Amino acid sequence: MELKKISSYVWEIPKSGNMLVPGKVFTSEKLLENLKGDKTLEQVRNVACLKGIIQNSIVMPDGHQGYGFPIGGVAAFDLNDGIVSPGGVGYDINCGVRVITSPFTEKQIDSKKKELLNELFRQVPAGVGKASVTKLSKDVLLEILQKGAAWAVKEGYGTKADLQRMEEYGSVSKADPHAVSQKAISRGQPQVGTLGSGNHFLEIQKVDKIYDENIAKLFGFHNEGQIAVMIHSGSRGLGHQVASDFIKSMDDKYGHEHLPDRELISAPMQSELSQEYFKAMWSAMNFAFTNRQMMTHWTRESFKKILGSNDDMNIVYDVCHNIAKIEEHVIDGEKRKVCVHRKGATRSFGPGREEIPEVYRNIGQPVIIPGSMGTASYVLLGTKKAEEISFGSTAHGAGRVMSRSRALQTFRGESVVKDLESKNILVKGTSWKGIAEETYQVYKDVDEVINVSHNAGIGKMIVRLVPIAVMKG
Amino acid sequence: MQSTDRYKFIDHTADAKYQAYGKNLEEAFVNAAMAMNAIIIDEEKVKSKIFKTIHVTGKDLKNLLYNFLEDILVILDAEMFLLAKIKNLKIEHIDKMYMLTALLEGDVATEDYQTNEHVKAVTYNDMEIKEDKKGVSITVVVDL
Repeated sequence: MELKKISSYVWEIPKSGNMLVPGKVFTSEKLLENLKGDKTLEQVRNVACLKGIIQNSIVMPDGHQGYGFPIGGVAAFDLNDGIVSPGGVGYDINCGVRVITSPFTEKQIDSKKKELLNELFRQVPAGVGKASVTKLSKDVLLEILQKGAAWAVKEGYGTKADLQRMEEYGSVSKADPHAVSQKAISRGQPQVGTLGSGNHFLEIQKVDKIYDENIAKLFGFHNEGQIAVMIHSGSRGLGHQVASDFIKSMDDKYGHEHLPDRELISAPMQSELSQEYFKAMWSAMNFAFTNRQMMTHWTRESFKKILGSNDDMNIVYDVCHNIAKIEEHVIDGEKRKVCVHRKGATRSFGPGREEIPEVYRNIGQPVIIPGSMGTASYVLLGTKKAEEISFGSTAHGAGRVMSRSRALQTFRGESVVKDLESKNILVKGTSWKGIAEETYQVYKDVDEVINVSHNAGIGKMIVRLVPIAVMKG
Repeated sequence: MQSTDRYKFIDHTADAKYQAYGKNLEEAFVNAAMAMNAIIIDEEKVKSKIFKTIHVTGKDLKNLLYNFLEDILVILDAEMFLLAKIKNLKIEHIDKMYMLTALLEGDVATEDYQTNEHVKAVTYNDMEIKEDKKGVSITVVVDL
């Protein structure tokens, strides 16, 4: 495949065949080698063929092979001629991340780290087939799908101030639970507030480096060594079922025979089916916000029980990295509303955007990028440049390079835990195999991913965090 | 995710890809489900305490396979049902519709069961159902 280097961090896949727009790859010489090893670039090209796509089919520096769209894929579509694709959002609708700061220092919690991790394990349900504390009635679940994190706050899981520090304020009012199938609801009922498994985690971290003191302070990071908590989770079985339901109904209505991959199935933006998908997607989005809010509450409870206080445990921000949004962007010098799909990519708006909550509106939004188990995570600042060159988007994580089956042949969960312990990182998971599959060696170098984001100007480095205790789902 | 003579796992960067085999379509469908189940839990550890008959329809064979595998995920999430065995799986083709019935044996997930990894969803990505003289082989990618 032809690949043209545009600058140190941007490559282009020129238009060919059925591509309607060129592909744009944010990467570096080093990361590009990984990309060539799987189908990522082919998938970027497939997305470039979808109707109504605007300017570029984009992939982020942590990109890797997905199905249909690549992971790390960003694509904007015209609201009249374009499409919406559930596969372009992903099965885990509103999979996302939040960070909570604390007033504690590493020294203060070091001797109680193990106790704290055990308590988090008791409070936060995690792993396969682990139900939430209470199985909710269908009516309550429908209320959650309608109200999102605002429901959790109303029920005592957190405070109103929490809602001021989330994308969409943790609650999309346009959600309509009637668009969500009974099957999806039955999967969601036992799962509210659960972490899940796979790459989902709840991590106690410390501030390792502050790159911009003023901005870091506004985010709530004051000193190196300060303790924070990061939660990475999504909409669980409910969201997966919504995606699957709409992939099937769009397939029934519009067919897949013309597509290179059945996972690229879509519906015209203005169709009834698209509108139904949005209503269901927003409901799943609210479910995921609620889950992360409940886990935030239990995290605070755990800190209070073990450390005696949970004062000043404030949310920095909560970001979605699997979602489609209607946003205004400047296209060829003209402001236009478009539908941006981000599948494994984070919104990275610069200062002034009305979508950013008031506390951050003048500086730009916090962008949270979780690393792999045992490596660094970052908080970045959204930029105006991202709005110009990547539809206001940047990376979402480290990005895998090694398959799970090969990871299992190469690593053992027990040794991974020992290895990390020697680096002073405690790990507790629901499964040894799960730990082996998620060891940091199977991921790209997150520092390099962030380096590309920072130098390409699509997300500016503010804080680097490193784990000290990991709860793996 | 250990391969057996009924199925084998193929390298896939982020998710799980496998090939399942059978003398006929029915056996290949059973093995495709057991391969997916192997990601979630070691089947021999699950007791056969609960029995469930499922009925699945599909507009084509791939759609039938997708719906069948998805149903196993749905009952895991909704009813905490861990799968041990599949028996009496039958596939019929009537009036352009494919219909599948099967008996699932398994148990309710409790703290005693050591599970591995959750499967988020079945996908159509690279899905293949190939029939020849030797039998049937099925390729599936599931989202983890």
